[in-house]
Amino acid sequence: MDSYESTHQHIASSRLKDYFIGATPLQKRLESVRKQTSFVPTPPRRKIPQCSQLQEDNDPQKVAFLLHKQWTLYSLTPLYKFSYTNLKEYASLLSAFIAAEKQKGLAVEVGEDFNIKVTFSTLLGMKGTQRDPEAFLVQILSKSQLPSENREHKVLWTGWFCCIFGDSLLETVSEDFTCVPLFLANGAETNTAIVGTWFQKTFDCYFSPLAINAFNLSWMAAMWTACKMDQYMAATEFLWSVPCSPQSLDISYAIHPEDAKALWDSVHKTPGEVTQEEVDLFMDCLYSHFHRHFKIHLSATRLVRVSTSVASAHTDGKIKILCHKYLIGVLAYLTELAIFQID
Amino acid sequence: MSPQKRVKNSQVQKRTSQVSGNYPTNLLAWEEKEDLNDSKYSLKRGQNNPVEDYGHADDQAEDALQIAVRYFEKGPVKTSQNKDKILEEHLKTVENVALKNGLAPEGIDILLNVALSGKFGSAVNTRILKCMIPTTLISEHSVVKAVSWLCVGKCSGSTKVLFYRWLVAMFDFIDHKEEINLLYGFFFASLQDDALCPYACHLLYLLTKKENVKPFRVRKLLDLQAKMGMQPHLQALLSLYKFFAPTLISVSLPTRKKIYFKNSENLWKTALLAVRQRNQGPPPEPLKLMLGPAKVRPVKRLPSQMGAVLNNSLLLHYINCVKDESILLRLYHWLSQTLQEECIWYKVNNFEHEKEFANFLATVNRAQCFLQEGFYSCETFLYKSLPLWDGFCCRSQFLQLVSWIPFNSFSEVKPLVFDHLAQLFFTSTIYFKSSVLQSLKELLQNWLLWLSVDIHMKPVMNSPLETTLGGSMNSVSELIHYVGWLSTTALRLESNSTFLLHFILDFYEKVCDIYINYNLPLVVLFPPGIFYPALLSLDSSILNQLCYIMHRYRKNLTAAKKNELVQKTKSEFNFSSKTYQEFNHYLTAMVGCLWTSKPFQKGFYIDPDVLEKTGVAEYKNSLNLVHHPALLSYAVSFLLQEWPEERTTVNMRSIRGKKWNWYLDYLFSEGLQGLKLFIRSSIHHSSVP
Repeated sequence: MDSYESTHQHIASSRLKDYFIGATPLQKRLESVRKQTSFVPTPPRRKIPQCSQLQEDNDPQKVAFLLHKQWTLYSLTPLYKFSYTNLKEYASLLSAFIAAEKQKGLAVEVGEDFNIKVTFSTLLGMKGTQRDPEAFLVQILSKSQLPSENREHKVLWTGWFCCIFGDSLLETVSEDFTCVPLFLANGAETNTAIVGTWFQKTFDCYFSPLAINAFNLSWMAAMWTACKMDQYMAATEFLWSVPCSPQSLDISYAIHPEDAKALWDSVHKTPGEVTQEEVDLFMDCLYSHFHRHFKIHLSATRLVRVSTSVASAHTDGKIKILCHKYLIGVLAYLTELAIFQID
Repeated sequence: MSPQKRVKNSQVQKRTSQVSGNYPTNLLAWEEKEDLNDSKYSLKRGQNNPVEDYGHADDQAEDALQIAVRYFEKGPVKTSQNKDKILEEHLKTVENVALKNGLAPEGIDILLNVALSGKFGSAVNTRILKCMIPTTLISEHSVVKAVSWLCVGKCSGSTKVLFYRWLVAMFDFIDHKEEINLLYGFFFASLQDDALCPYACHLLYLLTKKENVKPFRVRKLLDLQAKMGMQPHLQALLSLYKFFAPTLISVSLPTRKKIYFKNSENLWKTALLAVRQRNQGPPPEPLKLMLGPAKVRPVKRLPSQMGAVLNNSLLLHYINCVKDESILLRLYHWLSQTLQEECIWYKVNNFEHEKEFANFLATVNRAQCFLQEGFYSCETFLYKSLPLWDGFCCRSQFLQLVSWIPFNSFSEVKPLVFDHLAQLFFTSTIYFKSSVLQSLKELLQNWLLWLSVDIHMKPVMNSPLETTLGGSMNSVSELIHYVGWLSTTALRLESNSTFLLHFILDFYEKVCDIYINYNLPLVVLFPPGIFYPALLSLDSSILNQLCYIMHRYRKNLTAAKKNELVQKTKSEFNFSSKTYQEFNHYLTAMVGCLWTSKPFQKGFYIDPDVLEKTGVAEYKNSLNLVHHPALLSYAVSFLLQEWPEERTTVNMRSIRGKKWNWYLDYLFSEGLQGLKLFIRSSIHHSSVP
């Protein structure tokens, strides 16, 4: 009895102390949320993405696989008791789970042969700092019915998890957790749902769709326009949506990428960085140009999509990354948005 | 009723209705309805009483159903000329109700009997079986009874097949399976029937437990397989047997899975979906959870994640005792995300989910209340959602979240929560203001409890405590000052509303007793903006409450003073003389008004010239216990009661000397206990005016 009371005392009293020195991960979490909520939601300045920041040990084939695909974005709370040494086991558990979900009502055994295959693999080098956990890729492949056919499996669904410059999140969790706050999926939504459910059940995490609001889209537009390109692959294009009934009206606004860059250079002052004022000024210039020609105030409409040669992003939380060089830069910003969402 | 008796009664009820008690209708209700129907009473009642017209159509359908069920129960009428027409009509009725709302367990019980007893032809039996859709559940007993008909041999092979398919399809909705499992041998025997075999296999597959796997059954299955070839349904059952008892089955079974069973559910597919939805609410499966950002998923049940602890007091207890940061972090993340995802004012046009969100918040609040501790997730949720809140949606639940904000440095939380709350407070109705004050009172109480437990458990020597205790007390006093500021302004906005004053004084009833009740070194007095409106209130209960609070302040301050003298050492928490001065100032004002009839001199000073201008001749008396507007009616009642003969010449000034003391007793007997305590403790009786 004595010993119980003394431990209880210890717990209760240490909590009070923790409050004031912010010692526990939860306290740090709370601190960071407070900071974010009390000040402007985003820092007023960010770095312009640098040329290839991929770590040297990356696998170019895998990286190429990630480009030019449309990914749906999700934010993800830290995974509990996830281990990189168990990827094989996770693959077999997940494939059994998918099989069970697809033929509801029947028992399936783990390790049995199904007509699908699940693979887990790490994406080496896909990180911002050494502290960032390794990114990893999950794929659902269909197995060809005839063994004689060539061994190439058809990819049914792909999803990957990453954390690029996730320091603010990393320092607020204990070692039981793996932080990969950004999840990108490509393939049927039902598969995303099944995989998501399995992750949620297995690692007690929580997926939320990550929408990108107009404010953040403007930031993307500015940061990606600021990137130095050897050659431009696509026009810089904006899409605004005008809310009117019965159907909403979309306004598309395409600019030659070099003109966009010239405009950016004219508003840009701080080398290597993008500031909030610059973003606002950049967008205002576009607005006033449009107004001069069409007498439409774009500032009264809603920005829903931004496409550049670096990447394109839709407010629904869909992204396509085009340029290998700035992959890490794009992901760093998305990680930041994901972390903001899970705070 | 004693608990024992209640149990007995419910058992009786169970036995009569042959279903367990948690069904929406029991047999009693069922019979009652029939009686009403017989006398054609229900229809009339419906017409006469407009209030009950709502749901009248449903009632009618129910009644028709009852007639139909009874018709089937009695068996076909041989003599009637248009018997086919009647039969068809009743069948239609049953089908319509079953497809729309499902059938109650009693209805299924009767109709299953009808279908398998062979009273009607095969075509009718088929139609009946096809509409055996439960409202929520099927009683196991009905199934057992139905199976017993199979032994009699009254129904055709096709009816049997259909019945087996029905059993497989409805398996999940049967309330218990123990008795059905006892019939395992019977179902196993029906494997020999070629037509039944696939469905019997499926049923056995669902039913098999480890103890059902016996060597003789394995042999039988292998025999069947030898006879009929590699049938997928037999294989499925065999592989299940092998799973339970690997040693009994040595044959190798193919590992690649095909669809083993013919889909028995097809016939009832849409109906099954409807039943599932009825049983679990809108989200039929958790998979829909994350499809697209636009879809809102109502929180009906908690997932198999950390969040599940919210509904389980044992688990809550556990996380409270276990000092594991991971558990708290997992809960934190889950709860933060859920609150954010479900919060309805983050989304446009989704107000139909308000009730669900409110329920969820209520669950969270219950858990917090159980733990006597706020969740961090709720705190961060407040930070994010309060600025966007309209002050209306889920009001009481949301304000309850405020009252569970964990103890904090007030100045840090103020810009995040309390500044936003103040904006809403000042621009909302008096009812909103009162609710806010109420929840701030609870917040104060939670903080005080938390601090009093924490501080007194801690040995004083422990390092950062001293600064901490000072900081904590500062935080609490800042909270109190904040509420004082809100209250003062609110009283001006609402022209000293009595209603509002009640809530304000409730708050100060907590404040005045901090030193004694919570053993914390803090006494904060109310601001003049609250004290004077309360003192001059027209409502006697307000005045009474004020007296009580002043009495408690006095107790707390004297206790503090006494402790200071005992301890002698200068502690950090000695109250400044300012607090005592403030109290004395209020006390003087009160005594001057209520007792000595010398108001506006000390404490509550008003320039005599100003008083002259008001034109009140005897202003000095006008606020004493007799003439105070809140007490005047008591004085009149007192005089009328004691001296009824002087009804025409009620003379208030006559209440003095001995009469004054009688009057006091009268006031106390009228329930003004606060006043009594105040007078007893603060006024020496030598000074009777």
